[in-house]
Amino acid sequence: MAFAIPKETFSGKVFEVTIGTDKTAVFGGENVLPFHSFEGSVPHRPVIAYEIQDIVPDDWPETVKKVYESVSGDPVIWAKYCQDTLNAKAIALRLLSTHPDRENRSPEDAAKTVKDVLAAINVPLIILGSNHVEKDSSVLVAVSEAAKDKNCIIGKAQEGNYKTIAAAAMANNHKLVAMSELDINLSKQLNILITQMGFDKERLITDPMCSALGYGLEYTYSVMERIRLAALTQNDATMQPPMLADVGMYVWKIKETQASESELPHWGCLAERGITWEAVTATSLLMSGAELLIMRHPEAVKAVEKFIDELM
Amino acid sequence: MLIIGEKLSIIAKRVREAMMKRDKGPIQEIATRQWKEGSGMIDANIGPAEDGGEELMEWMVTTIQEVVPLPICLDTTNYKAIEAGLKVHNNEWGRPLINSTSNDPERFPMLELAAKYNSQIIGLTVGRGGLPADAEERAAIAAEIMARAMEYGVPLEDIYLDPLVLQIATSQDHAIKVIDAIKMFREMNEPPMKTVVGLSNISNGCPKHIRPILNKYYFIMLMNAGLDAAIADAHEMAEAMQEKQLVDDILAGKKIEDAEKMKVIQKTLDVIMNKTLYAHSYLEM
Repeated sequence: MAFAIPKETFSGKVFEVTIGTDKTAVFGGENVLPFHSFEGSVPHRPVIAYEIQDIVPDDWPETVKKVYESVSGDPVIWAKYCQDTLNAKAIALRLLSTHPDRENRSPEDAAKTVKDVLAAINVPLIILGSNHVEKDSSVLVAVSEAAKDKNCIIGKAQEGNYKTIAAAAMANNHKLVAMSELDINLSKQLNILITQMGFDKERLITDPMCSALGYGLEYTYSVMERIRLAALTQNDATMQPPMLADVGMYVWKIKETQASESELPHWGCLAERGITWEAVTATSLLMSGAELLIMRHPEAVKAVEKFIDELM
Repeated sequence: MLIIGEKLSIIAKRVREAMMKRDKGPIQEIATRQWKEGSGMIDANIGPAEDGGEELMEWMVTTIQEVVPLPICLDTTNYKAIEAGLKVHNNEWGRPLINSTSNDPERFPMLELAAKYNSQIIGLTVGRGGLPADAEERAAIAAEIMARAMEYGVPLEDIYLDPLVLQIATSQDHAIKVIDAIKMFREMNEPPMKTVVGLSNISNGCPKHIRPILNKYYFIMLMNAGLDAAIADAHEMAEAMQEKQLVDDILAGKKIEDAEKMKVIQKTLDVIMNKTLYAHSYLEM
């Protein structure tokens, strides 16, 4: 008797999300576990967005800082570089300068930056706050309005600020990232609370909180895997939005991407180490269910795109 | 079903203050209420009680038994405090229950006390290595506790095995594993081993209004699995008994008249059985 490969099919399906207006990007839509196209439908590749900031990235390690040395002084030029030279499919603008402990720039300043960047690019834009719960609730409202109808992703709404941010994203026709801190039950709860405000669940993106290889990656992996299983096996609509892995910011702050070769010669080439670390963290999270990645180093992005090519 | 009234715990502010001030009033009032509501035993949880534990437990046991004709569940990790409580316990109202021994060597001496004072004892199926992963691991630990009890001369009929209920908000998959453990424990001896749970831990960390809902329906499921005793709120458990038929009907796939009630019960059972993912607002979905 011929061997038949067992197939697992599910009742649930991940929501398909389209972002951008001119050039769009689409992700999600699968009704199987990551890359299991032999069991069902995987209509879209995961999307990788290049991360840029609204201030010079002084705290990025040399390996990734020098790639953007000539463009990172101006977010508009930086965005255009990612789009035109690196062929970015999407750009993630982090408004770090608005953080009270940084430059504490105003929501109006942030809105202007967003408008300028949007005017310069035609790929979709992900607009991220500084991850300061109170400040984000004013900054993200202002930038949502500034980017009205541009079909951006606004993020991140958290338990402490989701009401204002979700309302602004809803009023200005954006998608929304809902982030909770590595707890599947709280992740579901936040998605419920946001949808109870009237926000369409099919416009949500779940961020269960990222972590780098060696720094709790297995927790993120496990939560993502369980979210995806709840979406597929239990047909749990609150867990069916696609998932975001905000990889770059977690990878490029750890020792392994910064410690010099003279300090730790047995760790090998620093540049290669950092790039590999970002690529491995990203691919691991793709395997656990992420459909949208935010990354920094072009070589790491290339490696992950190649990995996706092989699995699609 | 033996309900061990749970309200006299050092974790509750009012009880803690009364314990510290040796104010009999609140302790006796709470104990009396639990007795009237149907408790067959009263849990006296004095915490780790490292300082003055002996005197405190002695005071608790006599204070409660002054007004309530029930045996006491002596709840502390302090060996000496347990012994002090056993010494003054009035066995006329029934035999006391030690809470608890486990697979942690530090808790073995509790078995000695059970043998010496002819007390019953709870065997909590945890070891020193952390929480049990599943029902099988709980049963394996139970077997070790049973073997050790025989060494110490404690009859198996005097042991209540406790599978350790975990919070549904953070360890959802354990709710059903605990139910399975109850069934497994019962098969480990003839007549079946007795079983007990610390019920309300299931809803610890959940919003206040859903705590009794989870407690009640989880209790009924455990009861159906053969549970003998629960450290619980007697008033809540009396309510649970009134709804038992409804829950059993829904478990059997029948419809009940009250559609709203049906939804609440069904959703709660699904969460307990790990069929839907728990969230604080699960009833609203």
